[in-house]
Amino acid sequence: MSSFAETGPRRPVTESIRVDKVSPGARATGAVRAVVVVLVALIMLIPIFVMLITAFKTRIDVTASPPKVFFQPTLEGIVLLFTNRAIAAPGRQEELRQLAREGKLNIFEQIALDSGQEITGASPYVGRIINSLLIAGISTALSVFLGVLAGYAFSRFSLPGKDDLLFFILSTRMLPAIVVTIPLFLMFRQVGLYDSHLGMILLYTVFNLSFAVWLMKGFFDEIPREYEEAALVDGYSRLETFRKIVLPQSLSGIAATTVFCLIFAWNEYAFALMMTSEKARTAPPSIPSMIGRGGVEWAAIAAGSLGFLIPVIIIVFALRKYLLRGVTFGAIRQ
Amino acid sequence: MATIELKQVEKRFGEAYAVKPLDLTIPDGEFIVLLGPSGCGKTTTLRMISGLETVTAGQILLNDKNVTWLHPSARDIAFVFQFYALYPHLSVRNNIAFPLQAQGEKKDVIDERIKQVVELLRIEHLLGSRPGSLSGGDKQRVALARALVRRPQAFLMDEPLGALDADLRETMRAEIRQLQLRLNATTVYVTHDQIEAMAMGDRIVVMSAAVVQQAGTPTEVYYNPANLFVAKFIGSPGMNLVQGAFADGAVRLPGDNQYLMPDGWKNSIARNENLIVGFRPESAHVNAEGALRGNVYASDMHGSYNMLHVNMQGDHVVHLRAERGTHYPIGANIRFDIDPEMVRFFNPQNEMALRKN
Ligand SMILES: Nc1ncnc2c1ncn2[C@@H]1O[C@H](COP(=O)(O)OP(=O)(O)O)[C@@H](O)[C@H]1O
Ligand SMILES: [Mg+2]
Repeated sequence: MSSFAETGPRRPVTESIRVDKVSPGARATGAVRAVVVVLVALIMLIPIFVMLITAFKTRIDVTASPPKVFFQPTLEGIVLLFTNRAIAAPGRQEELRQLAREGKLNIFEQIALDSGQEITGASPYVGRIINSLLIAGISTALSVFLGVLAGYAFSRFSLPGKDDLLFFILSTRMLPAIVVTIPLFLMFRQVGLYDSHLGMILLYTVFNLSFAVWLMKGFFDEIPREYEEAALVDGYSRLETFRKIVLPQSLSGIAATTVFCLIFAWNEYAFALMMTSEKARTAPPSIPSMIGRGGVEWAAIAAGSLGFLIPVIIIVFALRKYLLRGVTFGAIRQ
Repeated sequence: MATIELKQVEKRFGEAYAVKPLDLTIPDGEFIVLLGPSGCGKTTTLRMISGLETVTAGQILLNDKNVTWLHPSARDIAFVFQFYALYPHLSVRNNIAFPLQAQGEKKDVIDERIKQVVELLRIEHLLGSRPGSLSGGDKQRVALARALVRRPQAFLMDEPLGALDADLRETMRAEIRQLQLRLNATTVYVTHDQIEAMAMGDRIVVMSAAVVQQAGTPTEVYYNPANLFVAKFIGSPGMNLVQGAFADGAVRLPGDNQYLMPDGWKNSIARNENLIVGFRPESAHVNAEGALRGNVYASDMHGSYNMLHVNMQGDHVVHLRAERGTHYPIGANIRFDIDPEMVRFFNPQNEMALRKN
């Protein structure tokens, strides 16, 4: 019998064993990896899913054990979240029922009525969502704007004490928020920034700025200087060059920085809990404190969390391409 | 078009010299090549002329006007970068229009000028593309178009062909030279490739270690190198350089070789006991009666000629050019002569060429 070494394989070999080509083995690994990724994603999504169904459960279904996956959905939680209600007197209830029969009540008023209540106005949560939008939006815009300018300067110019400055900027992020809240709280109270929009915007702007500067510096570092030099000899000033050449090329970096800053400012909990009470309170610290008269309103909390997630989901989804670039710090070249 | 004049221009980065004080006058319409190994200060010189780099000392004059401290955008000089630096977010058309827009030209003027320049460079079909989708040669043409379109005072080119394949490099070399002649454009061209420099330059400025070694026409730097560096750097292979000692009207070379000193040199050489003899491979001829001896160490086929590596003993290998079709087996003892017109001598101490007198 002849050995393999003499005759070679029975069929001609048409696959490569070069490591720099994708081998069949590597392709199989790819499939396995995809399955694993999907599984992990599903597991990660379980809490979100629970939150989603909880938001549409009645008070009774919420606490049912074992938890119900199939149930009659209701908007009760949403109503609880967004409205203030009062118990309607029996006579008033009769009046409302009449209106409902004539089709003059909207769906929310009807739901309130089902539990014998009347809507008296919007809940504080509405104002807090607006606060969140204002504070997160303005502080993000500010830190990105300042981060772009400072990042460009750090990337391109030789500034005195540049490395020290950069380190200092980074060091502002080194202490956890919990550690700095108490002194900040005292200072804020002294200067009258406690529970003010301005105070929160300043706080988030400063907190995000270090990150924005470093991230933008990284993106600018990646843009070859030659483009700017070409524009300079083509007859443009520094500022025009920045606007016409650098900015358009750093859009993806700006988008990534924006998302990161926005997510931080939107989600921030510890500072908001300490530095605000009524006027400037944002949504995150108000969600868990949503305790109704009859106990913890889980449906309302779930609905609040869900609504709170939606803007983040939309933005991350819209900018996912840039976000990936931001995470990998430009390891992926265009 | 313009004359460019550098007066004692120097650049230091910290303590280190990138360019030592340099004097250079570039007349109107000249194609001048800055040639030298990597790190010798060519790019820095070019950038100082463009204003992208400030000078440490000295003056730069453009058409007799002092522009030393003028912003790059105010100098009206075009720069072609090694990696083209085409704006990736703009179409080819907008790339070419970009310098004209800076000058505030009207749209119809811009369109007209773009039309002319793309016809000149034959890149009409590329106008709608993005730079990223172009081949190297096309990118280079677009970069040239962007430089040409504004009709600047002068062109500065920093190794513009360095990133191209050998074939394309030769084509583009001819194209650039042809354009330059047609426009009579004052051009400063940087390269580390001596073949490119020889092929293109009206004049070559050879630099090394931040210092100009020699400035002259290609013929001058090739046949009359000012010093050992230029002799070695120009030509491939460079000039053969052999240690010798002068005595009794002849130069003693390694391996008991004697080379009779040609006429005209004796006066300048008598003073130098030791010297270095230089000759180009094509200035030596294999000859059965030749005065010099050596044995063949290796022989390379170059198509139209063979290059012999001949060992003269004492570890001295020289290169000789032998006719196509001749064959010298390795190890064969041969004799050769050096054309007395073409031999050069150098002072081994200061490495400078000796002059005939
Ligand atoms: N911005 C800079 N900072 C410090 N050193 C520099 C800078 N630019 C160039 N050099 C140094 O100056 C010398 C000349 O550089 P360059 O002009 O780029 O050489 P070439 O173009 O001939 O290769 C090199 O030693 C280089 O390291
Ligand atoms: Mg260079």
